[in-house]
This record gives sequence, structure tokens and C-alpha cells, in this order.
Amino acid sequence: MNQTWERAARAACAIVALTACGASAQERSAVEEIERYRQALGDGNPAELWEARGESLWKEKAGPKNASLEKCDLGLGPGVVRGAYAQMPRYFADSGKVEDLESRLVTCRSTLQGIAPEEAKKNPFGGPGRKTVNDALVAYITSESRGIKMNVQTSHPKEAEAYEVGRKIFFHRGGPYDFACATCHGVDNIRIRLQDLPNLTKQVDAQRAYTSWPAYRVSQGEVRTFQWRLEDCFRQQRFPHLDFTSEASIALTMFLAKNANGAPFNAPSIKR
Amino acid sequence: MKTKIIALSALAALVAGCATTPSDEEIAARSLAVMKAGFKERGQAKLDRLDQDNLQRTCSIYSGGNEMPKEVAARIEKEQLASIRYPADGKLLGDWKAGEKIAQSGRGGQYNDNPKAPSGANCYACHQLTKQEVSYGTIGPSLFNFAKVRGFGPDVQKYAWNKVFNSHAYAACSSMPRFGHRGILTEQQIKDVVALLMDPNSPVNK
Ligand code: HEC
Ligand code: HEC
Repeated sequence: MNQTWERAARAACAIVALTACGASAQERSAVEEIERYRQALGDGNPAELWEARGESLWKEKAGPKNASLEKCDLGLGPGVVRGAYAQMPRYFADSGKVEDLESRLVTCRSTLQGIAPEEAKKNPFGGPGRKTVNDALVAYITSESRGIKMNVQTSHPKEAEAYEVGRKIFFHRGGPYDFACATCHGVDNIRIRLQDLPNLTKQVDAQRAYTSWPAYRVSQGEVRTFQWRLEDCFRQQRFPHLDFTSEASIALTMFLAKNANGAPFNAPSIKR
Repeated sequence: MKTKIIALSALAALVAGCATTPSDEEIAARSLAVMKAGFKERGQAKLDRLDQDNLQRTCSIYSGGNEMPKEVAARIEKEQLASIRYPADGKLLGDWKAGEKIAQSGRGGQYNDNPKAPSGANCYACHQLTKQEVSYGTIGPSLFNFAKVRGFGPDVQKYAWNKVFNSHAYAACSSMPRFGHRGILTEQQIKDVVALLMDPNSPVNK
């Protein structure tokens, strides 16, 4: 661990201690702490550890077929990683489905490595003492789109349909609190407590939000992927549990990703 | 011959798939099916939470730039107003100190919440209420000095009760949950948050 990271880790502990106090006036200083943390890191981001691990996992032989993922087609041809994420979700003729990155990885791990899809979908998100293949691969592959403009297409009918379905899900009010995504993300310049809420129906906000995921969450010490973000917002929405790689999550991602078109992708980032 | 038929039916399927863009109802039906298949029940959050009541359905249709006609809004407000119930003892005000705790708590309704523990209301998530609490959201308007500005009388008390019980009675398709109508808060809890808004000694009115 180099010096910057040591300093950063100390700052991170301070933030965790602060946020543990709960939602109160202290959140303000937590925001300031994050800023200090960002500065301490300079250009570094602990997500780089996930990226490096993901690159190894991509190239290592694994699974019953003892194969690497290097022939995985992320949309730009087998093995092409650079820029692929900026054009996802997209329709894949081999699976006959619209897939986002996380579901595409399940497909590739199954077809190339022989890992059963149910197995590949198990425990996708890391936690204390548990590092996952999904988090690492996503960190690596997304990092290879850094600086590339989002360019998600809906030219295939299934892509167009996914976008429209995603849009409907975004505005679908339900549950005991009558919430939809749009309740918290459909208005300009609002916040919950002190957390700013992007208006994801508006291009500039959608661009800023979408291109900043996945993110290393300081408060959790983990890289969190976009499907994780959706799952956690559905929890706050009082909805049931979103199934990892479900068509619903892919459609919603399609809606948000396309709304972000035109902006350079800039993640894995770092967040509170 | 056989290949020709296959080719023809494939073409027909293609034309059907491309030429006709699905109608809004078709997309809506498809979306609901996709949602039903895309979630699993967990804890208290069962799959029926994806089903919509009339209000939720209407409000979803009139969102995302699709403006709601005035008569639809008026009908919603009338229907939701009719859902409001009042305490048997006729008293609308409880204890503002208990109300402040309820307004602070964001607990309740999530799949990782204990369904046996009382829910909070998290008013502060969306509203400013007191000067002491600086961590407040802005989804709703500031309620600081609520009764000081509007008056402490029975009409305003009733308005506050109604608003917490069912916000749509005065603002069709409000973002604010229907705390009474959906049983999020108990009758006593509603009295307490109404007291937080209405009691002259509450920090809301200082
Ligand atoms: C009850 C409120 C609420 C609802 C409903 C909600 N969210 Fe969120 N969302 C939040 C909050 C609060 C944050 C910020 C979380 C944080 O910073 O820790 C957030 C963050 C996000 C972000 C990341 C923004 C960024 O810039 O990092 C995205 C994307 C997002 N939500 C999408 C959605 C979608 C899609 C839905 C519907 C499935 C949804 N949210 C429903 C409250 C909500
Ligand atoms: C998810 C967001 C949200 C939550 C939580 C919420 N509100 Fe609201 N509230 C709103 C919005 C948005 C409005 C404005 C639209 C309307 O009048 O319904 C509003 C309006 C109001 C009004 C009417 C204000 C006026 O000037 O007439 C009152 C009173 C009120 N809220 C009280 C409360 C109380 C008390 C709680 C907690 C028990 C609460 N709200 C929780 C979003 C919320």
C-alpha cells in the first residue's frame, strides 16, 4: 500500500465512523470528509484493485471447460473490451436477448467456461470477506470504456422494446408508499435529507449519474455495480427484491443508459 | 416447398415484429409481466406490491410529461378525500415530541425492516420542519412555521390531519405517501405528527 492510499484509508475510517452516526447534522461534515478523501486519493481509487483482479479473471482459464473469457463477445466482436461498455445494453443475436454487461457476463461464463447460469448468478455482490467475480469483471470491463462517449442504440426492435419497457418501469408507482423511480428521480434539484437526487429523465443528470457507475463506495469498502444500485433503490422504493440479471433490470438499465448518450463514460468512480 | 413456407412465415413474423410498433397498452402489459418475473418476494415485500390500485395506475399514466387533465385530478382528489377517517375521540392532536421522533425515523416497509416494529414517517427526508434539524430533504415544501403561518384553529388542524392521512386529497398524484390510507402510521402516530405541525410549543412553530 503506498502512502496516498494509507492516508485515504484513514480518511475512509473517519467517514465510516461519521456516517454510522446516522442521518443528522453530521452528514454535512461527512460530505466534507468525502471531499478530503477524494483529494487524498488524488488520481487513485481503490476500485483499481477490483479492475486488476477483473483483468486477471478475464484472462485466466476457469470453469468445467477450463477456458478464459477472452473470446467473450461484448458486442464489438469476440475479445474486444475497449469501448464495449459504452454501447451496452444491446441485442445479442447468439442469445436472442438484450443484455447489459452483468447478464452478458453470465452468458459468456456459461457458454465459454461451462459455468451453469444459476451458479454464475449466485451472490453477485461482494460483502465483508467476500469478493465476487461479477464485481471484479465489471470493474475491469467498464474501466476499458473510460473516456469513450456513451452510444447506446435502439435500432433493433428488441432494443427499442427494452427501452420502452424500462421507461414504463421507471414511472410505475406501486407498493405501500406509492413510490416510483420518478418520485425521487423525476424532478430537478431535489434531495432526500442531504443527498442530491439526479433527475434521471433529463439528459445532463442522467449522463452525470450513469457514467459514474460502477463506483467504489467508501462507506461500504466495496465496488458497487449498476445492478446493485438498482436493487438498492428498489429496496428504498419498498418494492420486492430485484432479481439479478432479470429482464426488468436490463430494461431499466437500457432506459437510463440511453438517456446518458453523448457523455464520456467515467467510471469506476468513487462515492460516499 | 417446405423451405418456402418456412421462409414465408419467417418473413410474416418479421413484418409483424417490425412494421407494427406495439401500442402503449401492449407495452404496459409487457412491462407488468416483465416486472412480475423480475422480482422475488422478500420479507414483508411480497410480489403483490407490484400491482397497482386505481390511484397508482392513473398517476403512472399521467407522468413523464403526459399532463393530467383537470377533471382527472378533480376526480382523484374527491375519491382520496373520501378515504380519510378520523379518530373516534375526535382529538386530532397528540404529543409533538413523539411526533418529532416519528418524523425523524425512516424505518418501515423495506424488505430488510422488521415488520413488527412500528414504522417511522421520515417527514425530514422530504421536508424542512424545524430550525434544529439541518439534514432535511426538498422533495416537498418547507413546513417550518406551518401553523404559525396558517393558524392554529380547527380548520388547519383538520387540513394537517387530512394531508398526512392521504396527501392526494388536495394534490392529485402527490409524491407524498398516504400514511393513514395505506396504514403506514397508526392513528396515534398520525396524531403525534399532526401535533408536531400544529402545537404552539412544537419547534415547528418557534
Ligand atoms: C425513496 C427514494 C428513492 C427511490 C424511489 C429511488 N431512488 Fe435512486 N437514489 C435514491 C438516493 C437517496 C440515492 C443516492 C444514494 C447515495 O448517494 O447513497 C439514489 C441514487 C440513485 C442513482 C445513482 C445516482 C448517482 O449519481 O450516483 C441511480 C442511477 C438511481 N438512484 C436510480 C434509481 C432508479 C432507476 C430507481 C427506481 C428503481 C430509483 N433510483 C428509485 C433514492 C431513491
Ligand atoms: C416522499 C416525500 C414526502 C414525505 C416522506 C412526506 N412528504 Fe409531505 N409533501 C411532499 C410533497 C411533494 C408535498 C407537496 C405536494 C402535496 O401537497 O402533496 C407535500 C406536502 C405536505 C403538506 C402540505 C403543505 C402545504 O403547504 O399545504 C404537509 C402538511 C405535509 N406534506 C406534511 C408531511 C408530514 C407531516 C410528513 C411525515 C409524516 C410528510 N409530509 C412526509 C412529500 C413528502
